[in-house]
Amino acid sequence: MLRKLAISTIAAATLTLSSGMAIAAGGGGHVTDYTFPFEGPFGRFDQAQLQRGLQVYTQVCAACHGLQYVPIRTLSDEGGLGYSEEEVRAYIDQNFIEVYDAELQDWRPATPNDNFPVNDGAGAPDLSLMAKGRAGFHGPYGLGLNQLFRGIGGPEYIASVLTHYTGEELEQYGAFLYGNETFEGGWIAMAPPLYEGAVEYSDGTPATEEQMAVDVAAFLTWTAEPHLMARKQMGFTAIIILGILSVLLYLTNKRLWAPVKSRAKGEQPAE
Amino acid sequence: MSGIPHDHYEPKTGAEKWLHRRLPIVSLAYDTLMIPTPKNLNWMWIWGIVLVFCLVLQIITGIILAMHYTPHVDLAFASVEHIMRNVNGGWAIRYIHMNGASLFFVAVYLHIFRGLYYGSYKAPREITWIIGMLIYLAMMGTAFMGYVLPWGQMSFWGATVITGLFGAIPLVGESIQSWLLGGPAVGNATLNRFLSLHYLLPFVILGLVIVHVWAFHTTGNNNPTGVEVRRTSRKEADADTLPFWPYFVIKDLFALVVILVVFFAIVGFMPNYLGHPDNYIEANPLVTPAHIVPEWYFLPFYAILRAFDGDVWVVIVANFITGGIIDAKFFGVLAMFGAIVVLALVPWLDTSSVRSGRYRPMFKWWFWVFVVNFFVLMWAGAMPAEGIYPYIALIGSAYWFAYFLVILPLLGLIERPTVPPATIEDDFKEHYGKDDGDHGGITATSPSPAE
Repeated sequence: MLRKLAISTIAAATLTLSSGMAIAAGGGGHVTDYTFPFEGPFGRFDQAQLQRGLQVYTQVCAACHGLQYVPIRTLSDEGGLGYSEEEVRAYIDQNFIEVYDAELQDWRPATPNDNFPVNDGAGAPDLSLMAKGRAGFHGPYGLGLNQLFRGIGGPEYIASVLTHYTGEELEQYGAFLYGNETFEGGWIAMAPPLYEGAVEYSDGTPATEEQMAVDVAAFLTWTAEPHLMARKQMGFTAIIILGILSVLLYLTNKRLWAPVKSRAKGEQPAE
Repeated sequence: MSGIPHDHYEPKTGAEKWLHRRLPIVSLAYDTLMIPTPKNLNWMWIWGIVLVFCLVLQIITGIILAMHYTPHVDLAFASVEHIMRNVNGGWAIRYIHMNGASLFFVAVYLHIFRGLYYGSYKAPREITWIIGMLIYLAMMGTAFMGYVLPWGQMSFWGATVITGLFGAIPLVGESIQSWLLGGPAVGNATLNRFLSLHYLLPFVILGLVIVHVWAFHTTGNNNPTGVEVRRTSRKEADADTLPFWPYFVIKDLFALVVILVVFFAIVGFMPNYLGHPDNYIEANPLVTPAHIVPEWYFLPFYAILRAFDGDVWVVIVANFITGGIIDAKFFGVLAMFGAIVVLALVPWLDTSSVRSGRYRPMFKWWFWVFVVNFFVLMWAGAMPAEGIYPYIALIGSAYWFAYFLVILPLLGLIERPTVPPATIEDDFKEHYGKDDGDHGGITATSPSPAE
């Protein structure tokens, strides 16, 4: 009986997993499988890394990109960057963050309850959901197995785009495009944003290009999925409780059916 | 119900009698819950309960989501992010709702395959089957419209492609398409009506589910042997059946909880695996995604839709005969809906007198090829329509139609079925009587394990 259930469950699982193929379409260039501390069921955000990533975002990316869906106050959320409310206010003041107020019809200094400002002046995409809006891994053969084992690969994609410039430039209709091994098509409108020492980390970590790329990719994973740690926590809680319940139900079921099955054994029909 | 002799509710106290004379609701609940159920049901008979659970789960999470969602093209995407970030537990509700749809379809496909294998659609259960197909159609409509609501890129372009299908209908197509969309293109009016219908249809499904359950409670459950429960005497009926409560309720709950462990592993650790990354990019009518793919549960039908292009000879012939009214696009639409129509008509297409596939040696092979073909079509639907994939999709589509229109009608005439056991009681004893273990392992005589 257990075996049959296992088979049904596997059948269900196969049906589910094969559906990863929905994501198969599309493909890109080279994506390095960087290791992030939040990967896997036991993965957690590294608070120091997220804070470094915020620094990179603020000092480099924010020049052209916005984070319009992220409330600034969430910088003090648990399971994220974990700043105090004072530190969040200090962050706003020190970086002169302003938001457009539709009522005032003018810009004013941001408060923690505002979202990060929209920034589409340079035509750059908003970064709030970038880590979920891109897939780093595909296939093989449209089966979705790579994403099953390695993750969808959004943060890996972001870090790879930032570190895989070829150094080539192309002028097209008066605009410059930059060669990039990761970006689809091989040419990206964004000039290489990072260089060694582009930011000076307040925690003293050496700001190599790769370090900054990985840190900001981690930060953008947090902006895309701020409740990631709570979600994994819920996953474990649910699995443990349901696991215990399934054992109890299995034993109940076995006991319930035992007399019916032993009766079948006792009254063997003549063969 | 079901003509199987069994216990009936007897009101005992004065209050019970008072109520029973006015509204026999306790009696109805008792008969529904205590329905005599064939005791040899295997683990493929659990999906009904899983499906009821899914429907309730989707309705509850959906009602909560609707409290925080804004159906406006400028605000919908942001309101979903509001749910994900600011609403207490909103991320959990949304991820459960999102993946709940996938669980719903996993369960419904396994439920349908079970019905196809064991001949659950055959007389006298045709109405149950037809109602089930209506539920499946309503589910597809609901899921499709629900996918549009987050207003991401795939939402928008999926809606554009699918509503475009109606535009392929000759003469009246474009009018129908604008009527569905509420305008010339997918826009605010579309989003509003899709939310409205997405909220309405689950309750239609709920009503259909009640009729579905009513129908099979009238005929009695099918079972893995396809042999009917003996109705001639109470003693024989009791030897073939057990009451639904508690035997099958506990069994089904156990299976449901095991399935939920897998479900919560997906929600907790990879909630976006079954989605498409492009749907985290806000809808933009000016930017078309490189590959527009529907959700996984539509892929087999999407493959059938795309399989019939202008190079396929049936399409060319149809085009010629109808004087160009049926072009390749419309043919694809007809094929896609036709694929569901032939599935719905299977009670009249299958000519075999033996109900269960367990006793049909040739049918078994064709059935498993059909199952594999379903996955091949799903895969082909996800791949770009270029290179070898359209040919694979075409072969798969051809098998889909051949299975229902040629193989099932012919098999009944040429196949020599083996002999099913005389009674359900015999089957049950066969299964559990010989085994040494007390939990009833699979004996040598039992059929293939995937049943």
